[in-house]
Amino acid sequence: MAEAPSFAVDWQGEDALIVRLTGAWTAAGGRLVEEEAGTIAREALGARRVVVELGGIERLDTLGAWVLERMRHTLDDRGVATDLRNAKPEQRILLDEVAYRYIQPSPPTKRSSPMDAVVSLGRVISGASRDLATGTGFLGEIVAAFIRVIAHPSRFRMTTLVHQIDHIALRGLPIIALISFLVGMIVTQQGIFQLQRFGATPFAVNLAGILVLRELGVLLTSIMVAGRSGSAFTAEIGSMKMREEIDALRVMGLDPIEVLVVPRMIALIIALPLLTFLADIAALFGAGVVSLLYGGISPETFLIRVQGAISLSTFLVGIIKAPFMALVIGVIACVEGLAVQGSAESLGRQVTASVVKAIFMVIVVDGFFAIFFAAIRY
Amino acid sequence: MALQTARPPILRPAATRAPAVIRVRGLVVGFEARTVLDGLDLDVRQGEVLGFVGPSGSGKSVLTRAVLGLLPKQAGTIEVFGLDLDALTIEGRRAVERRWGVLFQFGALFSSLTVKQNVQMPMREHLDLSPGLMEDLARLKIEMVGLKPEVADLYPSELSGGMIKRAALARALSLDPEILFLDEPTSGLDPIGAAEFDELIATLQKTLGLTVFMVTHDLDSLHAICDRVAALGDKRILAAGTMDEMLSADHPWLRAYFHGKRGRAAVGVA
Repeated sequence: MAEAPSFAVDWQGEDALIVRLTGAWTAAGGRLVEEEAGTIAREALGARRVVVELGGIERLDTLGAWVLERMRHTLDDRGVATDLRNAKPEQRILLDEVAYRYIQPSPPTKRSSPMDAVVSLGRVISGASRDLATGTGFLGEIVAAFIRVIAHPSRFRMTTLVHQIDHIALRGLPIIALISFLVGMIVTQQGIFQLQRFGATPFAVNLAGILVLRELGVLLTSIMVAGRSGSAFTAEIGSMKMREEIDALRVMGLDPIEVLVVPRMIALIIALPLLTFLADIAALFGAGVVSLLYGGISPETFLIRVQGAISLSTFLVGIIKAPFMALVIGVIACVEGLAVQGSAESLGRQVTASVVKAIFMVIVVDGFFAIFFAAIRY
Repeated sequence: MALQTARPPILRPAATRAPAVIRVRGLVVGFEARTVLDGLDLDVRQGEVLGFVGPSGSGKSVLTRAVLGLLPKQAGTIEVFGLDLDALTIEGRRAVERRWGVLFQFGALFSSLTVKQNVQMPMREHLDLSPGLMEDLARLKIEMVGLKPEVADLYPSELSGGMIKRAALARALSLDPEILFLDEPTSGLDPIGAAEFDELIATLQKTLGLTVFMVTHDLDSLHAICDRVAALGDKRILAAGTMDEMLSADHPWLRAYFHGKRGRAAVGVA
């Protein structure tokens, strides 16, 4: 192992100084190299001429050369004539290269100020309003493409549609049904426990029936579909964008929205109401099971109570929301997919954004529907 | 094996006397039933630029990856800086890894970091430097590979192919390595960009006193900057020597490679 960097100072009269360097001036002793150079610079400030003898240096690398060159510059600027002498030929090449490439030492990095927080908040808000504008514009493009497809039905991609429905509905069904079943059970169980105190256990069935059909079925289904299929859309379209496949479609005279987006949107709009219906049934089934286990309500009684509590309109309130949820999820997923840039990083970021935004918007839209239905007393 | 006996290169007499920094003996590497390298011997001498050629699928990348320890070998020894890589402790191995730099074919820049952060990454991990000095050093390296200062704050996805190669080279050089491995450094570059890159490697090699191990298909690169050329084929080194020696070799593949249309054109230019 080479020796640590060090130096010896030799004053030649009042104002001349010879500094003899020894040891390894390399990156391995980075901090030490910097400190030694700093000490030399301070020492040399009292002189008018400084000669730095490099003959004793065992090893010199880019870092050492840079630190010495920076020291020379600093001293020169302060009016101390500095000379780096007696470097070995290969060290000379390196010093010359570094001197030639001399860059101004970097300014200290900017400290963050409280204003930054305000600025980033402003960015988030303007970003959100931009998202809304892009989303609306994109919805218009989809509608236009959809009308073009209706005008030329032969251009419609049936295979893609069937494939997408298979993926969204058939393959998504088990997990969505299971989750709805469990949530139906949980809601009913809590309903039974809370209503027991008032001797109103049977009303837990009304609670579960209305809650599931109006809100929970469609909400759970939408959230699951946003997570499963929305993310898949973004990833598929995004990776096609990344590898210029979207551009390839364009130059072949095909409209990517027509080819990729329209079939996916239609598939979602068909699949989501179907899934919602099945999720409703699964949740009601869960409610029935718990009613029997915790409330002692027999299946016959359960069915009669459910029939009494709900009407067709309760069911329709839930199911009518499903196509709108599908639209929201599909538009967000496709916009995010098409926003993917060159890197895999960006793909991951957009997929996350797609799922988060879709779930958020699904809940917001559900809230608007709740206000709307309350207003029309439906 | 007999063909590999080192004949003195003409271009740089210093290299002949130089000790071997990489010494590969009897290397066997294979995947399941298929042997890719069988009893391969190779010397890379200090301070030389060794160009490595061979037909596609002949195991050039496999050899590089085996030397770097990215692929397990079935038999043989690999010595780097006179140290047997198998006999080293983990710390010893880390110490050797700090003394080499690798430029991967597609750059392998970390996509979540800027160019500057990519260059600083090895420094941050292996060196004890003040933040200011690390900043300066990273910018110096970026400057040395011929990139503009603005590039330092860009992400890899915002760079062109040539810039990616240069940025990756800056990262490979960030610890001032003694050996530089280059995997197809000029592939995907236009001829002018490739020539500039060759020149850059030659300059840096002289400035930093590097030993360069370069896998390439670019005949112009071989002519422009390689002191010696080694050709891989039939699971071992077919021939190794200066460009002139390679041109006079009579192995059919070597004849086809160096005397084909492109080979002749490259000789003409050089």
